[in-house]
This record gives sequence, structure tokens and C-alpha cells, in this order.
Amino acid sequence: MHKLTKATLAFNGFGRCFNAEKHFTATKIISRGLVCTEHGDDSGKKEVYDVIISGGGMVGSTMACSLGLDPNLVDKKILLLEAGNKKVMDKVPDVYGTRVSSISPGSATLLSGIGAWEHITKMRYKPYKKMQVWDACSDALITFDKENLQDEMAYIVENDVVVAALTKQLDSLSDNVQVKYRSKVVKYTWPMPHQAADSIPWVQVTLASGETLQTKLLIGADGPNSMVRQKLGIPTVKWNYDQSAVVAVLHLSEPTENNVAWQRFLPTGPIAMLPLSDTESSLVWSTSHRLAEELLELDEESFVDAINSAFVRNLYYPADILLPVTVSKRLPHLSSPSVAGIGPKTRVMFPLGIGHASEYVRHRVALIGDAAHRVHPLAGQGANLGFGDVACLTQLLSQAAFNGKDLGAMQHLLEYETERQRHNLPMMAAIDLMKRLYSTNAAPVVLLRTFGLQATNMLPTLKVSAIFSCFYLQPYTVHPTQPGDLSDNISHLSNVSSTSTMTPPSTLFSDYTELYFSGVYNFQGSEPTTMASKFSPKFSVTKSVWVGCRAGSGAADSGVGLCFHTPFITDHSCEMALFPTK
Amino acid sequence: MYSRKFSRLILGLYNRKTSAITAVQSPGGRSGFSWSAVCRQRTRWLRRDGALEVQRGVPCQMSARSISQSTVDPSEVKRFQSLASKWWDEQGEFAALHAMNDLRVPFIRDNLLNVHPGRQGGKPLTGLRILDVGCGGGLLTEPLGRLGADVLGIDPVPDSIGTAQLHSSHDPDLCERVRYQTCTLEELSAEEEGGGGETANPLRRFDAIVASEVVEHLADLETFALCCSHVLKPGGSLFITTINKTNLSYALGIVVAEQLLRIVPSGTHDWEKFISPVELERLLESNGFSVQSVQGMLYNPVSRAWSWTNSTAINYALHAVKLKEEHPQTDQTEEPGHS
Repeated sequence: MHKLTKATLAFNGFGRCFNAEKHFTATKIISRGLVCTEHGDDSGKKEVYDVIISGGGMVGSTMACSLGLDPNLVDKKILLLEAGNKKVMDKVPDVYGTRVSSISPGSATLLSGIGAWEHITKMRYKPYKKMQVWDACSDALITFDKENLQDEMAYIVENDVVVAALTKQLDSLSDNVQVKYRSKVVKYTWPMPHQAADSIPWVQVTLASGETLQTKLLIGADGPNSMVRQKLGIPTVKWNYDQSAVVAVLHLSEPTENNVAWQRFLPTGPIAMLPLSDTESSLVWSTSHRLAEELLELDEESFVDAINSAFVRNLYYPADILLPVTVSKRLPHLSSPSVAGIGPKTRVMFPLGIGHASEYVRHRVALIGDAAHRVHPLAGQGANLGFGDVACLTQLLSQAAFNGKDLGAMQHLLEYETERQRHNLPMMAAIDLMKRLYSTNAAPVVLLRTFGLQATNMLPTLKVSAIFSCFYLQPYTVHPTQPGDLSDNISHLSNVSSTSTMTPPSTLFSDYTELYFSGVYNFQGSEPTTMASKFSPKFSVTKSVWVGCRAGSGAADSGVGLCFHTPFITDHSCEMALFPTK
Repeated sequence: MYSRKFSRLILGLYNRKTSAITAVQSPGGRSGFSWSAVCRQRTRWLRRDGALEVQRGVPCQMSARSISQSTVDPSEVKRFQSLASKWWDEQGEFAALHAMNDLRVPFIRDNLLNVHPGRQGGKPLTGLRILDVGCGGGLLTEPLGRLGADVLGIDPVPDSIGTAQLHSSHDPDLCERVRYQTCTLEELSAEEEGGGGETANPLRRFDAIVASEVVEHLADLETFALCCSHVLKPGGSLFITTINKTNLSYALGIVVAEQLLRIVPSGTHDWEKFISPVELERLLESNGFSVQSVQGMLYNPVSRAWSWTNSTAINYALHAVKLKEEHPQTDQTEEPGHS
């Protein structure tokens, strides 16, 4: 009893005594309330999950596997909700899927860490060692490759294969991860922060079946039109490309090694050919809605022709006009394989957009993948960004669990947001900045070009190893000059290409005696032809020029408009250099 | 059983009446309970100040669950909820305490895993019994419970215990592992002594005691160390985080925080009650503990994050282990069923 005695000897305060007395009954009341609650809990308590992942696509399923395999999260109750059916693939279908993803080595490491990559390699995938990006208007060329071409640069995998592999892996993780297929969420109920009311402090998920689930952390992986994001009211910064992508499976004319991903910037948008096998490639053609519809309606032969010409022809090459005889010399890059046909019923189009949620996390909610950020399919970054989210969030949740934290606590969720936005936003910011620059007629195009370069450089995991020269992005007024030597022109062009100097390549146009105008114009919001008509009759620009690859050979004779449509620019912001009628 | 509780209740009331002698201590303590101070990084001292002094004065409230049931007053529930919103707001008044979990939870976890090796997985502390002295709203109690430990949080302030219970009641994982009790360490220790014949007493003996940001408010550290030793298993760990008694801690903790920035109301801290690691070490060693490690901690009020530092000049964490050969009388009492 001597401790008690000592305790009473310890200091004490009258006020504190009063305090204690005052709250005396309160404790009783609350504790009893708790006892009552606990009794109630025994009978009709809803199960509280630690993590519910909404959306069982590539990113959501990866998240589920990744969490389910983490040693620090073994005791956690994890649930994956997928509205669709279970996608099992006992045998790889003969026909390739139209939706493919470019899986970077980093993403492949993540997938192999969760055991799914092994399934993928057993099913179907195609590594490529090089990516070549060039445009329709010039020699400007970017090749992305590994230093020595020894390693794979990335892998083209059908989305269906990835999902099937993840499904298989989820089956083996059934102890740790529960999956509910065909479960559509109809309602989310968000908790009040800090338990402000006597409400349930967890996120509640109501399914179409009427079942209500509770979770400490909801991970929204439900795609670009994320219901989680919308219901949370997280604002999204959106740019509409006003573009659609046409995808198809292409049969090549002849078997090749086919280890290069081809991408070409056409005036209307980039077209990409991604290797699927030695004889097949996947097409992703981003273009205007109208042209996309036209492409869908074309018969197969015309469609194949359109693809081939889109990849092969240098339709607006100003130097073509001037130096037709040296075309072959000026093409140092490899040429893409020609296409012989397309897979049956593989032609599909879907609208393109770019969007970025201003917040990735809220109290007890995190967004991953396209729900947080949707990007242009350029360079296949979409899926990889999502996998990056998964790796980052898994690591932070694992650490949080090992530190005994509430998985839904804001601290580590904010860390996730910061880390991922630091990764994702530079690219987005560059896009936005470019957009602003392009919106003014007096755009300092020097800067603009610089940003264009940097934005490309910022694309993670890729290395710009070759030239990216856009001499046509320069504003310049070219005065009639002395006719120059052809070889001079060639060397001048190559200089421009390799050094990216700002010297106007005026000598290129020396054959034109009446060349008095060229410049950069923004024709945001108006039809190219409308814009072009403002310059007539001194400038002749045919419509066919503006729709890119379909320009006839006559364009060269009648004059040409250069339209550079970068993948980063939206709303038809283009630069246009106009050349006079000969 | 009930008669014992009842007699304690009487004793507690008696104590409250008689213990007004040290009312001189109360202003600091009370201001801590007003919750109105805009204090941020130093709030923890404030809270503990109040908590521990009350702890000394009101040795026995009662086990919260043993109280007879009557009608629930909704206004009281609301009050707890508003308190909970203060305790559990990670960006609010107790931000520094929340942030400190980033250091103290791993500190406790890793040292316990050193003592009890071979544990892994999602709940590495499963089976360990931990006592959180001065648990407050349960900020440290819950993380330890999530790591699998059976944690008893004690605090003499009924409001804090109510808040803590309310907060953990929603989490089925914690319901099984975390319990709270409105009482003091001395009371618990006395219960241990008095209830020695009850082998089923679940409160018996802990694998670890955590006293985080507590000891700087204690007048009688001897009693504290003795009580810790009493309720701890032989070989059990004692974790203490507190503030050093240095010029720097005086400058930052009292001059800057209280007088210049007025983050903490003036008079909250008594620098005389701060204790240096050397002193604390000496005190613990003389009470049958062996100090394993002492590490300095540094709080950055801008980033609101704690970090480990070599200097123990301001805040520090200490890990001590109760020696097995000491206190033969506690060794002779029956051992708990599991380790």
C-alpha cells in the first residue's frame, strides 16, 4: 500500500480535483455507451475491411496483388471490387487484343515482384529495343533506345493478357485478398474527418446488391471516369484533345524482327505502330474525330493504304519540294515495316483526353492510375504511371502498417500524393505552359521550342538520344535570297537538325523567288482551312494538306502549309508556316 | 470484487478532498486542460502536465467498464467527440504528438523485436503485453495495438480515456487488443499488489511499459520507477521519451515556446522537473533497470516532423530493461500465462 500513500503525497491541485469530479459521470456514460456498442457489434456488425480497391483493371488488380503479397500487410483484410466478370484466360486467343500497353522495365519489375510477369511471359508479350519517333514534316527524329540495344526497352503486352495474369495471381492469393466480381458500387459514404459525429469513421461502400461494406482505406482505381473521384468532388484539370484514337491489329507484309516501336507525328496527331509479334503490330492512330470516323469507315484496303502512307510519305517536307532528288539521302532513320492487312474486326476508335485530378488523396481515399491522371497514349506512359502509383502506394502502406498506423491516415496518403505528383506533374505543367504559350500570337517561340524539348525529355524512362529539331517552329521572315547550292542546303539542314540553332534555314527556300512570308500561327478554335483562307490568295493551302497524310502529291506544287501538331498541345493549337504559291 | 471497487471509490473521493494541499501546482495543469492553447509542438508537455498531476492526486477512479449502466447523456457524448476531434486531428493541436509516432513507434517496435526476436509479419508484437502510461487520447496506444500487442492504456483523466475508448471502439482490430482504464500507475501497481492472489487477473505484469512525454511532469520519479518495476515482467522493457534539462531545452521549451512565441501558456513547464538522461539513467539503474540505449530526438516545427539526432540536448528517448535478478519478491509471484 505504500504506493498509494506516496501517490496521495504527490502533488495535486484543487482545480484538477474539481475537473475530475465534473467529468466523473461522463466517463461512466461513455464507457457504458461503448459497452453497449460492443454488445451490438456482436450481433449485426458489418465487416470492416482494411483496404477496398474499387476497380479491377490492370492497375487495380496490380494494387490488390501488391498489397496482398506485402509481408507487413498479411493480416489486413483486402477486398477488390470489379464490376465486370472474372477474366480468365485458359488459353491465349489466336486473335490479338486491340488494346495494348507498353510496359516499361520498371513496371515489369513490379509485375514480376507480384508474380504476374511470369504468367505474362508464358502467355504473350513482345519486347522491343527501340522506339523511333519522327514527324511528317521534317527530318526531326527522336529515337529512344538503350545505349547498346542489348536490353529490352519495354514490352508490348495486350491489356487482356495483363489482366488475365493478374487474375490468376489473385486466385493464388485468395487467403489475403478477397475479390468480388460483378459487384457494382452504387454509393459511397464518406466519413467525417476526426470522427466529428457519432457516425461510422470508415468509408462505406454500397453495392448494387444492397450490401454495404466498410473500409479504412478506399483505393479508387476505377479509370478515367472514376466514380470515386467524382463522388468526392475532386476537381480535375482536363484538356480535351478533341481527338480520337483508332486502334487495330496490323498484319505485316513480311516477317521481320519487329523490335522497334514506331511513332510519327502527323499534322493531325501521332500514329504509332507497336510490335506484337514478328508478323503483327498494333496500331494506335490519334487523329481528329472526323478523320477517325472516316478511317473506321474505309474498306480494309484503303485503311491499310492510309496507314502505309501515313508512315512512309513525307508529305509536307519543305525540302521535298526543293530537293526531290536527295530524299533517300536525307532519311537516315529506319523505315517502318509495311502493312499488308488488318485483323478482322479489330478496328476500334475511342476519344482521347488528358486529365489530372488536383488531389490524389482525401481522408481515407486514394486515387491511382487513370482515376488520378489520364495521359495521352504517347510513349505508352499511361499504364506505367499507374504501375508507378501502385509501387509507391504499396511501399508507403507497408511502411505505415509496420509503424502501426491507421492505413487511412492522411500523413502517408499525402506522402503518396506528393511523391506521385512530383513525378507526374512536371510533364503536366509543361503541357500547360506550352498550352499558354501557344495561346498567344506573340508566342516567344524560342522558349516554346525549348519547352517542347524539355517536355519530351521529361518523359520518364526514356532517353532522348537523337536529334529533335523543329526548324519549322521558328518564327522567321524569310527574304528572297540568292539561290543556293543544293549540297549547301543539305548541310544546312543537317546543321539545323543536329545543333538546333535558331538560324532560319532561309537557303532552303532559295528556289522560291516570291517567298516573303512565313511564320508561326495559332489557329486555336478555328478550322485550319478557315485560317488558311485568310492568307489567300497569296498563299495557297489546300484542305488536304491539313488532314495530313491524305494530302495529294499536288500539294507540293500548289504550296504547302506546315502544321506541327505536338502531342502536348491541345485544342488544335498548331504552328503553321505558310509558303507562298509558286 | 465489487466491494473492493467500492472501497476504492470511497478512497478516491477521499483523496480528492484531502489532496488540495498542493493547489499551487494547478494553474499550469489547468491551463493544459483548457485545450484552448494554440500550442503545437509543445502541446504534449502541456497535456502530460495536467494528466500526470491528476494522476498523482486521484489514484483510483475505477475501471471504466465496471461502472454500472444508466442513461446516456448525449451532450456528454458530444463533448467526447469534440475532444476526440482535437486529439485525433493530425494537423491540429496534437500534431507534434502524432508526428512523434514516426520515431517512437519504430523505437519501441525495434527494441522489443530485439528482445523478442524471430517475430515478423503484419503484427510483429503479437502476444506482448504493453502498458501505456499517460495514454491520453490513445495516440500511441492504437499503433502499438495495431502491431499486435495487447495494450492497456491508463490515464487519470476520464475525458482522455473516454476519448480514447470512443476512438478505438470502431476498429474491430483494436477492440480485441486495446483497453483503457482511468487510473494511475500507482493504482495499477497497488492493484497488482493487492490482487496478488488472483491468477486470472489480466492486468498482471507487462512485457513493456511506455511512458512517452510523461516523466518531465513527475515530482516523484522514484515512485514512478518503483511502480514500473513492479508491474513489469523480469526482463521487460521500459520506454521513456522526455525532455532534457539543458540550457537549450530551457531556451526552446520555456523561453521561446512560452514567453516569446506564446505557443504554450506561460507556466506550463517547470524546467526544474526536466531530467537529464544521465540522471534518469542513474535513477533507473538504482531501481533495478539496465539502460540499453538513449537517443536524441529533434522536432522541426516547420516541417512538423521528428528526426533522430545524436544530441540529447532537447528531447530524447530511452530504453531500459528490468534486470531479471532484481526484485526477488516480484519474481516469486505467479507468472502470467504467456509471454
